[in-house]
Amino acid sequence: MSTIPITPDPADEPWILPDRGTIGMACLIIAESAIFVIFVVAYIFYMGQSLGGPTPQQVLELPIFTTICLLSSSFTLHWAVVALRKSKLSAFNAWLATTVALGAIFLIGTGMEWYHLIYVDGLTIRTNLFGTTFYSLVGLHATHVIVGLLMLIAALIFGLTGHVNEKHAHRMDVLSLYWHFVDAVWVIVFTVVYVLGR
Amino acid sequence: MADSVSGLSSVEAIDLTPVEKPRQLFLEVLYDWVTTVDHKKIGLMYIAYSLIFLVIGGIEAIVMRIQLAVPHNTFVSPQVFNRMFTLHGTTMVFFVGMPILFGFGNYLVPLMIGARDMAFPRLNAFSFWVSAFGGFLLYYSFIGGSGLYGAGGAPDVGWFAYAPLTARVFSPGHSTDYWTLSILLSGIGSIGTALNIVATIICMRCPGMKLNRMPLLAWLYLVTSSMVFIAVSPLTAAQIMLMLDRYVGSHFFDTQAGGSAILWMHFFWIFGHPEVYILVLPAFAFANEIIPVFSRKAIFGYPAMVAASVGIGFISLSVWAHHMFAVGMGAGANVFFVFSTMIISVPTGIKIFNWLATIWGGKIRFASPMLFSVGFLFQFLIAGLTGIMLSVAPFDWQLTGSYFVVAHFHYVLVGAILFMIFAAFYYWYPKATGRMMSERLGKWHFWLMVIGFHMTFDFMHIPGLLGMPRRIYTYEPGRGWEIWNLIVSVGAIVQAIATMIFVYNLIHSYYKGEVAGNDPWDAWTLEWSTASPPPSYNFATTPIVHSRRPLWDIKHPEDPDWNYE
Repeated sequence: MSTIPITPDPADEPWILPDRGTIGMACLIIAESAIFVIFVVAYIFYMGQSLGGPTPQQVLELPIFTTICLLSSSFTLHWAVVALRKSKLSAFNAWLATTVALGAIFLIGTGMEWYHLIYVDGLTIRTNLFGTTFYSLVGLHATHVIVGLLMLIAALIFGLTGHVNEKHAHRMDVLSLYWHFVDAVWVIVFTVVYVLGR
Repeated sequence: MADSVSGLSSVEAIDLTPVEKPRQLFLEVLYDWVTTVDHKKIGLMYIAYSLIFLVIGGIEAIVMRIQLAVPHNTFVSPQVFNRMFTLHGTTMVFFVGMPILFGFGNYLVPLMIGARDMAFPRLNAFSFWVSAFGGFLLYYSFIGGSGLYGAGGAPDVGWFAYAPLTARVFSPGHSTDYWTLSILLSGIGSIGTALNIVATIICMRCPGMKLNRMPLLAWLYLVTSSMVFIAVSPLTAAQIMLMLDRYVGSHFFDTQAGGSAILWMHFFWIFGHPEVYILVLPAFAFANEIIPVFSRKAIFGYPAMVAASVGIGFISLSVWAHHMFAVGMGAGANVFFVFSTMIISVPTGIKIFNWLATIWGGKIRFASPMLFSVGFLFQFLIAGLTGIMLSVAPFDWQLTGSYFVVAHFHYVLVGAILFMIFAAFYYWYPKATGRMMSERLGKWHFWLMVIGFHMTFDFMHIPGLLGMPRRIYTYEPGRGWEIWNLIVSVGAIVQAIATMIFVYNLIHSYYKGEVAGNDPWDAWTLEWSTASPPPSYNFATTPIVHSRRPLWDIKHPEDPDWNYE
């Protein structure tokens, strides 16, 4: 071991550690990313391996509009947190409500897409490997959107009933980390399923 | 200088708990434990829970060894034998190994970094109870596995549950579902606790506890918990896929519809091999704390130890397919996994040499924790050597799925990990209970364990080399396997006796053990500065540290550690 003498620091040196909410959410995001990686790998592994139709080329449409909605919801949530930090509560509520609406539009879009796939194209999770991997990957992502939406709605209810102030901006930061993660995952899912997979 | 350590200068000042506590009713005590969010109580519950499962998993091992002691034995049926090895493996990995290490982590990490509690106490309680219910669910399969009419069906697909055996067609009934669900729950609990440990270590350190001053135990738990995110999540994902296959008829692992059985193997071992390191790194952590204290020297090469641990964490994520050489992955993949498996022995070797250098020239005290640590060093070395043998793909082709492999990984799991867990029990028991464990019984335990361990697992290599496959419920006489199997089975009984002595010691010492005091081992890390057992708030005043061995600085103000770091 080295024997270089060092001076001990004074006890009143400021001692600031990272915030536990942010670190906890970062850890959750790493773990969730690993789960998504496995589902994406399964999707890529089984691309074009289905024994029967329908194939992605025949039935998948690019969900451009809902993708724009979901991705812009990251910006609206960011502006909501910015407004909250400046104590502009009505702006916070408005931006948060916009975020919830955009997320809900995305979910409705997914629901309509699935309805069409199931009842018009006859593709279910049992039909072939494409159905298996498509519904599980997109469904896993949609589950995360639902969880995020529930938390955003809870925050919105607190906001509308006047229980939120600028001291809670930090909690909204942690929640928005999760929402940004869900959006980032959609970029991957979109690329793999709708661009490469078609 | 005395002022700068005032937070710790008076040990009496740190504990303000009244000595006499009022007696509580049984229901009050129960309520207290069930609803607790205290990291120490949750840690102890984790440990108690995994000790119960250790005994259950041990009984399953004994059943298998009785069955295999002589050829053509009929002690259990083939069906029961399959259930025994499945439950033994699953129990020992998910409901003994993981929870006992998380238990020690929960108990020790906040104390060693000078924190009041974990970063997320309620998440901590949630993770424990989810893991605990996972264990209950696994064993409920004995009752619910085939529905109420066919009671007695436990999972029988092996602990790695290769596809397509787990498909509905080949594993009817619900026993495999219980297996899947219990592992899914255990995985959620593990990820929750790992998240908690990482957040605690990063965000809750007491003033002055910089990363390069943290006890190595905290470093190792940081690495192991980070690995949990990347290793356990794939298993969770794979279990979700298996559930989808079994319940809604998807085709992930359905070879009839183009699905792949190999994909399950990859997904399982992407979890399965890092898992071995997730289990062994906490064992290294215990050795890092115990060996210096009982050699009366600071750990040799602290930065190298940290670097080696992080290195093991990274490399261990890229060795999984050495479990799959026999599948035929092609020359390129084989070469990659041979070399990555061999390279991981480099940081591991660095650790062994650092422990030896710590012991070298030290004033060694051979108390029970040190005895088990020395046993660990020798046995882990041999386990590593057979590991390098098996990493060579052609050698593995010959011996994969044989008792040689079983002997190799039990050398790691028992010879290294279980031995260090025992060492940790003897070392930290005084802190958790306030009483010493009996040293005399500890010595009996150690020597019987060493004898039993070597009888079982040294001789288990030989039938493996002679071609005895694992997971067979019986064998014919005249293949040269009989005598070895008999020795192995007798050794298992000796280990069981040793473990019973240990359990007796745990209970007996709780009531009759010598009173320990705050710091019975004259140790150097923060947990020994508070009372034994620590009060619920851990430290009455937040400690301030200036070096890697804060208690050394207090005990030796004329020669503090920070002059040398």
